[in-house]
Order: sequence, then C-alpha cells, then structure tokens
Amino acid sequence: MILTKAQYDEIAQCLVSVPPTRQSLRKLKQRFPSQSQATLLSIFSQEYQKHIKRTHAKHHTPEAIESYYQRYLNGVGRNGAAPVLLELANEVDHAPSLMARIILERFLQEHEETPPSKSVINSMLRDPSQIPDGVLANQVYQCIVNDCCYGPLVDCIKHAIGHEHEVLLRDLLLEKNLSFLDEDQLRAKGYDKTPDFILQVPVVMLCPLAVEGHIIHWIESKASFGDECSHHAYLHDQFWSYWNRFGPGLVIYWYGFIQELDCNRERGILLKACFPTDIVTLCHSLA
Amino acid sequence: MAAVLESLLREEVSVAAAVRWIARSAQSSEDDPGEAAALSSLQPLRKEFVPFLLNFLREQSSRVLPQGPPTPAKAPGSSAALPGRPGGPPRGSRGARSQLFPPTEPSSTAGASEAPSARRGGRRRGPGPGRERGGRGPGGLEEGVSGESPPWAGGRRPRGSGSPGSPSLARSDPPNLSNLEEFPPVGSVPPGPAGRTKPSRRINPTPVSEERSLSKPKTCFTSPPINCVPSSQPSVPDTSPWGHGLPPGCRSLQEEREMLRKERSKQLQQSPTPTCPTSESGSPLPSRTGNLTAEPADPARVSSRQRLELIALVYSSCIAENLVPNLFLELFFVLQLLTARRMVATKESDLEPTPEALDSLESPLFQSVHDCVFFAVQVLEHQFQVLSYLDKGTLKLLAENERLLCFSPALQGRLRAAYEGSVARVSLAMPPSAQAVSFQPETDNRANFSSDRAFHTFKKQRDVFFEVLREWEDRHEEPGWDFEKGLGSRIRTMMGQLSAACSHSHFVRLFQKQLLQMCQSPGGPGGAGLGEAPDVLSMLGADKLGRLRRLQERLVAPQSSGGPCPPPTFPGCQGFFRDFILSASSFQFNQHLMDSLSLKIRELNSLALPQPEPSDEDGESDVDWQGERRQFAVVLLSLRLLAKFLGFVAFLPYRGPEPPPTRELQDSILALRSQVPPALDVRALLQQGLQARRAVLTVPWLVEFLSLADHIVPLLDYYRSIFTLLLHLHRSLVLSKESKGEMCFLNKLLLLAVLGWLFQIPTVPEDLFFLEEDQLDTFEVDTVTSGHGLDGMPVVDQHLLYTCCPYIGELRKLLASWVSGSSGRSGGFVRKITPTTTAGLGAQPPQTTQGLQAQLAQAFFHNQPPSLRRTVEFVAERIGSNCVKHIKFCQKKSPGAVRALLPEETPAAVLSSAENIAVGLATEKACAWLSANITALIQREVKAAVSRTLRAQGPEPAARGERRGCSRACEHHAPLPSHLISEIKDVLALAVGPRDPEEGVSPEHLEQLLGQLGQTLQCRQFLCPPAEQHLAKCSVELASLLVADQIPVLGPPAQHRLERGQARRLLHVLLSLWKDDFQVPVPLQLLLSPRNLGLLADTRPREWDLLLFLLRELVEKGLMGRTEIEACLGSLHDTQWPKDFSEELATLFNPFLAEPHMPEPQLRACELVQTNRGTVLAQS
Repeated sequence: MILTKAQYDEIAQCLVSVPPTRQSLRKLKQRFPSQSQATLLSIFSQEYQKHIKRTHAKHHTPEAIESYYQRYLNGVGRNGAAPVLLELANEVDHAPSLMARIILERFLQEHEETPPSKSVINSMLRDPSQIPDGVLANQVYQCIVNDCCYGPLVDCIKHAIGHEHEVLLRDLLLEKNLSFLDEDQLRAKGYDKTPDFILQVPVVMLCPLAVEGHIIHWIESKASFGDECSHHAYLHDQFWSYWNRFGPGLVIYWYGFIQELDCNRERGILLKACFPTDIVTLCHSLA
Repeated sequence: MAAVLESLLREEVSVAAAVRWIARSAQSSEDDPGEAAALSSLQPLRKEFVPFLLNFLREQSSRVLPQGPPTPAKAPGSSAALPGRPGGPPRGSRGARSQLFPPTEPSSTAGASEAPSARRGGRRRGPGPGRERGGRGPGGLEEGVSGESPPWAGGRRPRGSGSPGSPSLARSDPPNLSNLEEFPPVGSVPPGPAGRTKPSRRINPTPVSEERSLSKPKTCFTSPPINCVPSSQPSVPDTSPWGHGLPPGCRSLQEEREMLRKERSKQLQQSPTPTCPTSESGSPLPSRTGNLTAEPADPARVSSRQRLELIALVYSSCIAENLVPNLFLELFFVLQLLTARRMVATKESDLEPTPEALDSLESPLFQSVHDCVFFAVQVLEHQFQVLSYLDKGTLKLLAENERLLCFSPALQGRLRAAYEGSVARVSLAMPPSAQAVSFQPETDNRANFSSDRAFHTFKKQRDVFFEVLREWEDRHEEPGWDFEKGLGSRIRTMMGQLSAACSHSHFVRLFQKQLLQMCQSPGGPGGAGLGEAPDVLSMLGADKLGRLRRLQERLVAPQSSGGPCPPPTFPGCQGFFRDFILSASSFQFNQHLMDSLSLKIRELNSLALPQPEPSDEDGESDVDWQGERRQFAVVLLSLRLLAKFLGFVAFLPYRGPEPPPTRELQDSILALRSQVPPALDVRALLQQGLQARRAVLTVPWLVEFLSLADHIVPLLDYYRSIFTLLLHLHRSLVLSKESKGEMCFLNKLLLLAVLGWLFQIPTVPEDLFFLEEDQLDTFEVDTVTSGHGLDGMPVVDQHLLYTCCPYIGELRKLLASWVSGSSGRSGGFVRKITPTTTAGLGAQPPQTTQGLQAQLAQAFFHNQPPSLRRTVEFVAERIGSNCVKHIKFCQKKSPGAVRALLPEETPAAVLSSAENIAVGLATEKACAWLSANITALIQREVKAAVSRTLRAQGPEPAARGERRGCSRACEHHAPLPSHLISEIKDVLALAVGPRDPEEGVSPEHLEQLLGQLGQTLQCRQFLCPPAEQHLAKCSVELASLLVADQIPVLGPPAQHRLERGQARRLLHVLLSLWKDDFQVPVPLQLLLSPRNLGLLADTRPREWDLLLFLLRELVEKGLMGRTEIEACLGSLHDTQWPKDFSEELATLFNPFLAEPHMPEPQLRACELVQTNRGTVLAQS
C-alpha cells in the first residue's frame, strides 16, 4: 500500500477526466488488480477532488449556472424521469452532487422569496424529500446516490471510515497498554491543537534498517491515502502544529502513502500504513 | 621598567620580594631592607611592571614565532605607553588599547602615518575607528564559528602580520619616551638608549607574505599561507631585533624595514634557492621545509640559563598571583614557545652575547629555539598544578611532547602520571534537545488569554515561529541564504499580530523556553562540547545521510575556531535567536524579552541548589556530588545563555561599530547614559553573590552579560564599579592557596578563565585591568561571614569548564598541530579526531536498550510539566543517597515518595512512569556509588535483586476502555458501518439508475446486506451517531424501493423483479432492525414522503399490498402511530399527483385509517403530545 511516486503517478495518470461513477471505479480496479480497492478509491477520490478544485470556478460563473439551469429545465421538460441532471454533470465534467447543488440553489432562487440559506440547501441535499419540486427531488437524489466522490452520503462514508480507524487505533493502543489522551480529552483540557491521540508516556518505534529508534509522542490516524497534496496540507495544518507542541509523532495513513513523502522522520514526523509492530516502551527500571 | 628586571637579574632583589612588591603596593615586613630600598625607588613604576614584562616576552619571542601558530594578544602595553595617563582621567587614556586590538582596516598607509604622531605626542586618542572587529554590522555580532572567515579574527594581532606598513606598526604605539622621562629609572637602566630603543623592540618586522598583508584582519590568528613562507621568511634576517644597530634618530622604522625587505627580495630573485638559514652553530638546516620541520631543541645548547630561569620564575609568579589578565592566554603563549619551529636567522654578532650583557636586557632573551623551549618548560613546571586539571587529550599531548621530555623528564613524568590518573571528570552529556517547547495547558490554554481571538492568534504564531525555525535549520548553511531576506518579513508580520501585551508575554515565554531548550545543553547544537569528539560521536549515531554529509563537511573544512580569546559569538542555534530579535526589530518584544530574561536570571541565580547534607560518617558520598554538579551545570549554562541574550538586547540600542570619535561626544553620551537605570541590577546581584560565596554561579553569567556591552558601558560609574569588583575577585583567586574555606580549584579556574576572557573583549578598555589597582587596594568584600557557600563546593567539573570556556581547548589544538606538523598550513589547524577521547564520553549511541530507555525517559519528561521532572530527580537523589547509607532498596520507597509529591490529579500512567524512572535513577545512583566503593560482585547481586522484585510486581493492567454498548462476548467482527453505507448506497444507485443492462442485485445479496446491518447495529464498536443515522435513512429508502418493487434483481432476463414473498421477508428484517437494533430515531415518515410514495406512481400495475403490509406492521410494532401516519397521508394531498393515483391512494388509505385503533390509548396520547411539541418547536 506504500507506493513509490512512480507507481502513484501511473495510477493518477489513469484518472484524468474520469467521471466519479461506480463504472469508473470498476474499470480502475480491473486496471490495477494488485492494489487494494480502498487505496484505489482513496486515490481516485483525491485526484477527483483536485480536479474539481481546479475547475470549480468555471462552473460557478452566472453564465454557466444559467446555461446549466436552462439545459436542466429543457431536459426535464422533455422527460422528467430521464437522468437529466446526472448526464448534464457528466457532460460538463462536474461532480453530480455539486451540479445538483447548483441547480437546486438556482431553482430555489427562482421559487422562493428570500435567497436560500446554505443550511436549507444542505438539508435538502441530505433529504431530497424536502425539495418542493418532485422532479427535481428525484433528479437530485439520483445525482447523490450515483456520485462516489461528493455528496452527503460520501461525506458520511468518509467520516465513518475516519471514525472506524480511530476506534481501531484506540483498541490497538489499549491492547498494548499504552495510555493516552484522545482528542476529546485534549479539547476539554483546552489544548489548541489536538491530534487523535497523545501518548501520556512516549514510546520508541524501531525501524528495521535504521540505527536509531524514533520517539513517538502523538499519533494521528488518517483513513486516506497520503498523496503529496493532502500530505502537505496536513503537514501545514496539523502535523507540524502537533510537533510544535508535543514533539515527534506518528501519522498512520491506513490506505497507504507515497513513499517519498516519509522524509521528515528525523525531524519527528513518521509515516506508517499500519500500526507499528516494533515498539519499545519505557521499562520499569532503568537500572 | 626594565630597571626592575635588571635589578632582578643582578640579584639585587629576590623574585619573591619583587612579586610581593608588584602584587601589593605596601611593603611587606618580609622584605629585606636592601631590596625594599631598591624597589621603593621604583615605586612609581610598580603598576607598569607586568604589562612591561608581558610585552617584553612577546617581543623577545617574535623571532621565534613569526609565522607559527597565532600569537596570543599582547598584554596591554606597558603603562609607559599609556598616553595621557598622568594628566587625563583614566577613562580617557586608552591609547595602548591598540596594542591589543589593532585597527581592523589593513590599510597600511593609515597605520604608518599615524604611528609617528602617536609616538611624538603620546596622545593618540583611543582605538582607531577600525578597531572594532571587522564584519560586525551595527547591532550585530559575529556569526558563530562557522564560515570561512573566522569571526574572532581581527581582534588579536597575529604574530606574523607585522610586516612593514601593516597595522601592527601603528599599533606599536610608542612606549612613550615622555613617560620614561617623567619617571626616570634610577640608576639601573642605561638611561637614554634603553628607553629610546623601546619602540624598536616592539617592532619586530616579521616577514610576511603579500598575501598575509592583503588578507583581511578577520583571518588573523591563522598561520600564513604555506607557499609564501619558505621564500620570504628565512630570507629576511632581522637586523636589529633588540634595538641594536638602529640609530636612535632613525626617522622611520618602517622605511628602514621596507628598504631591507626590498633588498632581500631582490637578492631572492637573483638566487632561486633561498638562502639557507643557519643555526648559531652554523650548521645548515633544511631550507625548503625549514618552516615545517621543527628545529630540534637541545637543553645543552641553552644560552644564559640563569637569566631565563629567573625571568621564568618572575613570569610564573605573576601568573600565579593573577597579575596577568588572562591565565590561559599566557599558557597558550608558553606552549607556543614550547612548540616554536625555528628561529629566524640573525647576524652572527647578535648571536654571540657579550659576557657583560648576560645579566642585562641588552642581549636577546631568546637566542635560539633551545632558549625558548627551556623557558617554556621552566614556566610549565611552575604551572604544573593548572596543567594537571586540563583535559586528558591535552595532558597526553603534553606528556608525549618530545621537547618537554628532553628538557624536563621530571615534569614529563608528572604529566604522564596526571594523564594516567585523570579520571574522566565529565558530567553525563545531556542529550541534545532540538524539540519544540511543549504545550502546557496550565499556561497555554484558552483560560490564559483575554479573548478567543488572542488565543487563536497565538496558536498561529506558535506555528509560524516553528516554521521559521525549521526553515532556518534547513537553509541557514546554504550559501547565499540570508536570514533577513528569507524570513524577515514573515517574522515582522507575525510580530505585528501581537497586539495585546498579554500576547507578547506569551510569545516571549515561548521564545525564551525554546532558546533554553535548544541552546543550553552542552552537547546540543548550540554549544561546543569537550573538544570535537562528542559532536562527531553524536553525529555518527545518526542514521541519516544528511548528518553524515554534515559530518563530512566538518571534517574536510578547515577548522574555524576562536583562538585563545575569541570575541563573544552566537554559535549554532543561538544565531537564529539573535537574528530573530534583529529581524523582528520590535520595541515591545525586546522590552518583554528583557523583562522575562531578567526575571528568569534572578530566579535561577537565587536558586537554592540543594546542598548535600554534611555526612556524619565519612564525608560526602560521590553520589551526591554527581547530581549536584549536574544540576549546577544546567543552572549555570542556562544563566549564561539568558544573560548573554539579556546583554545583547539591553545594549542593542547603543551598539555601534566604533566608540564615539571625540571626547566631547563621549562625555555627553556618558552624561546621558549614566541616568539610564540598568536593565537588571547586576551590581547588586554580584555583590550578593560575592557575599554569599556564590561567585562561581554569578560571575560566569555576569561575564556573558558584560561581554555584549557597548563601548560606553565600561566607562559608566555603575559598570565601572562592577569591573572593580571583578578585578578584585580575579586577583583573589590565587590557585595555589588551598585552605579550608577556600574556593575549590576548578571553581577558581573557571572564574579565572571567564574573567580573563572578559578582559580581552574589544569593548572592555585594555587599560582597565592595570588601572583599577588603586581601588582594588581599598576594596574588600566581606565574604567570611557567610560561611559555606557554593564556592567551596566542587560544583565545577572539567566538562563544565571546557563547555563554558571552549577556548581552553586551543591549548590542545596547538599541541596537536605541533604533532601533526601542520601548524604552517593556511586556514588554521586541520581538525582532527583524536581517537583517545572516545573513552570517557558520556554519550552512548542510542541503539542500545539503555540508550533507548534514556531517550524515552527524556522524551517523557519533555511533555510533562517541569515540576514532574524535578520531583522525580529529587526523589531519586534523596532515596539514592539514603540507600547507600542504609542499603535498603529503592523500589519500595521511591514510588511512595513520588506519589506523595505529585499532584493528585496526575494520570495513573504518568505517575507510574514517573515512579519507575525514580526507582531506576535511584538504583542507578546507588549502583554508581557502589561501583565506586563495593566490588562488582555485590553490585550484580544488587541489580539482580532489584529487577527480580520489579518483575514480581509486574506491570499494572491498564484499564480497558468501556465496550461502547457491545455485549461482553462481542468480538467486534461485524462489518464496518462505512462499508455498509457504501454497499447500500450502491443498491440505491442501481435502483435509481441509470444502470447498465447487466447490472442488478441478487436477492441473496440483499438478505446478506440486511444481515450484516443487524450485526453492525449489535456490535456498535465502530458505529458513530452520524453513520447510524445515515444507515437508518438508507434502510428506509431501501424499504421504499422494496415496496415500490424498484430494485433490479439479477437473474433470468424475464424475471427482473423480486418475488413478493422475498420482498416481504426483507421488509420483516428491516422492521425488526428498526424496532430492536437502531438506537437513533429512524425517519420512517420518509416512507410516506411524496417522493418515495411517488415511486409507486410509476409502476404498472400498481401493487399496494406491500405498502399496506408495511404500514400495518409499523403500527403493530409500535414504530409509528396511526395519528402520525394520518398526518403524513394528509400532507400528501399538497402534492400534485396523476389523477388515477390520487384516487387509488384515497380508496386504499380510507379503509386502513378506518381500521380499529391499537389498544394503547396512553401511547397514542403520548405520541400526540410529542408530535404537538415537535410542531411547536419547529414553528418557533
């Protein structure tokens, strides 16, 4: 699951302009049978998000929104049961859930007196039954269940995956008799930055080929693949901040990472794709 | 002054009497009346004797050490050379300063033109504009010892740079005839000529290559480039080394020298082979390698032994009485004489001393290398005590020095014994800690900030600070990288956000803590350890190529070290903090920093270092002193660092490249400055320190503080009185005095070293050391009353001495360069790794279990409040020493003690680790004592017993986390919620479409999915509320699709629908999950939402049976009330449906609603109330 930069690039190359559908995923799995599905999905999702970040603006110009809305209206006017919105999204290379949001927002602007608040829109996307227009509700719902990178369901899955891995890590820590403070406890104590776990008593992680072990004060669980983009963002927003407060620590990218990114070991940020096995704890006696 | 020497040489006066005379102004009763008479006539010159002697020796040796290793700074010129002293006030007379610190500008013409006027008038005013060290910008200080141009250079005159026209001539400020005329030596000195020739004595034009004179003063102290030496050096005989042959009326010495030099080089060009220098016996010496190969020294060929012995004795006595400013500088000079390579050839006539000149100063003191070595060995014999405290490496090099062996086998024997007996008195190296300051909730959490905004701003600032620090670490060694350019604006932006005073104090605390953490540990990157070896070792321990690369760079790069008297620098990480202060250029920050540094200094300075209890039995045990020394070292090093930065910030606004140019300006500045109160009342602290006999703690940091003072500071009354105190202290630290209540030897040595260094700092007036004597005589500090202070305890060890004064290591380098024969190489000595020093270094490579454990213990303490560490160490210390006394053991007592001392809310794991470390440390201390006192056998038994007991106790089983709702037997093998949501989402997507023709779901898959959902809902290990809510919602959607028969089933093409029976079974499973397993509200009303009900509208023929079945079951299971269903159905009327669908809907639901109500009126009433309340809430 730890990929070299070259391996990663090869996968990322296959993901250029691929719509976020289950069909695309299926093809990807066939193309890279040796990689774990979760890793592939994570990479796919991250690559797609990068793509969306790059193109987001052009879908949100007033002209673009108007043009999409008109096409939607025309489409459902012809056949309300056809996957109008989903196909529109695929055609203009935008995420279906995000396209649904654009159209819903535009629709509500037209039909309500006051412009819709963000929370109203979010709530409607979570539960399309609240959308006053039956046809639009169906169209939106179709977009959401068919989008494997965006939307409330995908968000929930991601959140659940993150939570599950934190639980997994917590159990491993308990199993190894390592005492820790978790995020909630840290927040209650008023810490300004909170990794998933701070070890109350640090451990040393031994590395097979290294002379020295690495001290670990904190562990952050990341239920995603560590690519350059996300890792640098995490370094800036989280890992270095943890280091700045608690010293060296460990990041577990459960779905793997690009090997070359594990270059701050000596500085005190270690990457692993699983819970480390070779751990030394503070013994009972130094004598 | 020569008069005194001469009367000594003529044995009119005994050395002892002379030294007494020099040291004390009053005559002692021990003095012979004849001696007294001889000396009293010289009374006015008394104070000038030592400077005269030092300069005399330097001059005499100039032929021997012209191009050798750096010659240490001269002592300040004889006071005869102090212009204006008789007339003007002392503070104004700083003329001779330039002897110590020549102008850095190598502009020879300026120097040359200045000299005559200075000689004539003797009023040359103070140090020239260029006297300040080169390269120092306003406010800044030199970089550390990295970089190709050593920062210390420029401060001291290299012996070899005295080429004609070089600044050394300007510096050779005429020892002032006028003065000698004012105080004419009575009788003993050949009146005119001796005095008059003095200037020429100082100017020993040592031949120097062109490169040498071109080279910047910064590279002083390095030896001249190899390639130039052989050609120029031996070929320029010194025609008048002692002033002979130089007509008194010679108008310009430089001119004369210049002419000679030209003449010589002409000759050289004519003959390609350099003229062979000859020794006094006339035997030719190898010419080409003449400068690299040392001339052999032979005791039998020493000329005028008696005279050398006598002067060596006088010189040694002055050293012993601390009459010289810098002990180690003199030792360095003596070792230079010992390792002198060869003598510059002179005219034969000079080399044949006339008999009558033997007892006078008329003939050269050092006529050959033999003389030099003889003199050096004589002095070393007198200084044996100090030598014996030097590090093992130096002792070894001394003991192995063949000249020393040859000239004094006895001394060699003593040195060898000292070397062999030298126990590694090195405190355990503290592991370097380049970590960030840990976050402590007590001081750093939200409660400590005035607003959320301030809290979050500071959060960001902490991150920016470390980001900047990391970038500096990565890049500051890159060529062309500039701190200000790279980081300046980011730092200022960050500082700009610190608006509130409260934020400033937070940031300053972070800054100061980080400073202490990174720069304080001696083995750390901020400071030099004992020699270079610890560095090398710690680097070799690293696993990264980067470190090895750095190591390689260090090994190949010429060593750049500060020489015996380096100016204050900010080595390593200290440079970051200095540059940060400069770049931030924030008045508020500086003020807060000064406040904070002052507070911390006061706190540490007054820290009651725990004193070992006076033992009733056999004196103190070593266990106690080890801990004591370590703690002392930590406190002292912290104080020095803090004081250095306080000095830097406090004097920053006044720091300039040069002193005020005119007397008037200086006076007005003095008037201004004298009313500014000091940043920290260091005088009071010094006085308290002296009175409490804690000078060994206070003085070293005070010296650091003062070393960063600007030029005006030493002239201010306040600081002048501090210098007076320090001078008094310096004089009182006579090493040979060892009586009860005296300061410990190494304590004294440390103070002598740091004070000696301070007296050589450029901003400290050179005359200060010799001028303050009058005050010294009247000044007495009452130290007797306070009894036993730190000064009397062996708190300083060799390691601390070398850590505080790395320049002492220059002695070893000098000796090492003698061995390696590389002293002539340009760029300084080649750094060598002496394999012998690997022994006795505390740093163990951390791959061993012990190393790892120590590393872990350090890391553990890092993130705990400092009090925890102090408590554990305190307990270990006390218990450890108790154990030694009572042989009980440690693991029973320590935990109890730790437990009692730590706050109650300390987490169990932290407590247990702290206890264990305390046990370990206590046992270790006990074992350390035992190993020194009891046989190894018993020690092993003790260790075994301890570990047996510990094993028996076993680790405490950690409390398992609660099971989060699982049954006790649950193995947590249920599918993960995320997986289920994803699977159900796929089914929903397939059902909603679009889908490929071959896509579908098998009924078995659906059943399996619902089965898994049941497992997950029962395990709950990985379930979080949002996931459960989504699962609930998805399950309702799935039910709707089942009811509407919308799920595409895999199978034969004809049959794409789920069997009704299968659908019913699946709905049953869902109903039971909703009823029994979901713990979040299930949005069942969605079943009747227009969208889901609308799914039915699309089917032909419409089949309502599953919906009715589901509704009945919901009511029956109590999952939905009839009223609730009624409300949902009611709202369906708002939707536009196809007409036939509305009709069917109505016909279907009327009978359902007409069915008899469930016999649970209370429940329904309750539901009703809930609904109403919900509605009310929703409306509000």
